[in-house]
Amino acid sequence: MARQKLPPTQTLTMKIDDVDVTAKPGQTIKDVARDHDIIIPGLCYLDGLSIWGGCRLCLVEVEGMNKLLASCSTEVAEGMVVHTDSPKLRAYRKVVIEMLFAERNHVCSVCVSNGGCELQDMAVELGVDHVHLPYMDPDVNLDSSNDRFRLDHNRCIMCTRCVRVCGEIEGAFTKGIGGRGIDVRIINDLNMPWGESQTCTSCGKCVHVCPTGALVEKGTAAAEMDKRRAFLPYLTIMREAQR
Amino acid sequence: MSDKKKPVTIATVWLDGCSGCHMSFLDLDERLVEIAPLIEMVYSPVVDSKEIPKGTDVGIIEGAISNEDDRAKALKMRAACGFLISLGDCAVTGNVPSMRNVFDQKECFDRSYHENAQLQPMDPTVCVPPLLDKVLPVHQVVDVDLYVPGCPPPADAIYYVLSELLAGRQPDPLLLTRFGK
Repeated sequence: MARQKLPPTQTLTMKIDDVDVTAKPGQTIKDVARDHDIIIPGLCYLDGLSIWGGCRLCLVEVEGMNKLLASCSTEVAEGMVVHTDSPKLRAYRKVVIEMLFAERNHVCSVCVSNGGCELQDMAVELGVDHVHLPYMDPDVNLDSSNDRFRLDHNRCIMCTRCVRVCGEIEGAFTKGIGGRGIDVRIINDLNMPWGESQTCTSCGKCVHVCPTGALVEKGTAAAEMDKRRAFLPYLTIMREAQR
Repeated sequence: MSDKKKPVTIATVWLDGCSGCHMSFLDLDERLVEIAPLIEMVYSPVVDSKEIPKGTDVGIIEGAISNEDDRAKALKMRAACGFLISLGDCAVTGNVPSMRNVFDQKECFDRSYHENAQLQPMDPTVCVPPLLDKVLPVHQVVDVDLYVPGCPPPADAIYYVLSELLAGRQPDPLLLTRFGK
């Protein structure tokens, strides 16, 4: 009997922050780093959702590349040498956070998500104690037409977690993206009031994956909105198991 | 007593804010007694002097820059003080006062002095400084040396910042406070 061909090598070796690590082909830099207890910051990434690569907080330096790469959406390669923390990266990440604060009206002290907000936490983690850019003070509105939930564009950072959870997990495809550039907004169906949406099931998943106070339950006052994000990996695992 | 160090002079101002940051400073409680011999309050809403003395060591600004008087006071503080602290979210971010920035001034005046007025609705014109078009954080008007966010910054954060500065060290306020804290 002829010998069976062995499968190709399933392990890559690479370096992250001067530590020799192993990885499986197809893994992203962020995943491999996390397997080795190196946590790279991020806001648009969420376990259980597809990868977006939009917030640019997880940018890393890869030796031999002349630009920074988003670690959540870059697959590892044999011999890759990655740096996840450097003065340059820290400066870039700080500016990203400052731009998010300057772009909309994040008034933390009166926000229902005060104290439970990933943007706030990230500001502390990255040492953002003020915003050196001028605030844009945009006149953006707020959609309270849904019976149970509210969409406050003032607090939105366009991470699109709500769009992804709505389509990928709930399968409703209510949430979408409208507009371009600085005018980009989260929209419901064909940009109609949330309460008039025919597709929304009012499941509330978008509320609980939202990192800030952009999507909240109605009836919450300042600092009262606690988000339950842990349900998502569980839901994804159960769905995988069913297949 | 001759080896006693000269107290550090401190000036504080209250611009467009609710005075909560000054209240939080008073919340140092018995720690005020500990700090008192080391500092001298030369200008503040809680003392009676009318001018900020030149050569003041530390200036502390509470509140955002909302009108011409706020701007003038911030400039005076910067000129008089060697080290300037932005205390609290209004000074650091604009916070609640800056929520008027999405409206134009006429809308604000109409809402405040006409729609919500019970008697004699009219715009105030006498003895009030003109409003700026936009409410600004302090650092967009003068250079700031240290930012202490929080609404208000907890007394522990203020105590930590002052005691570190008095000890000649650079504090990291984010250890104890943050936006909205």
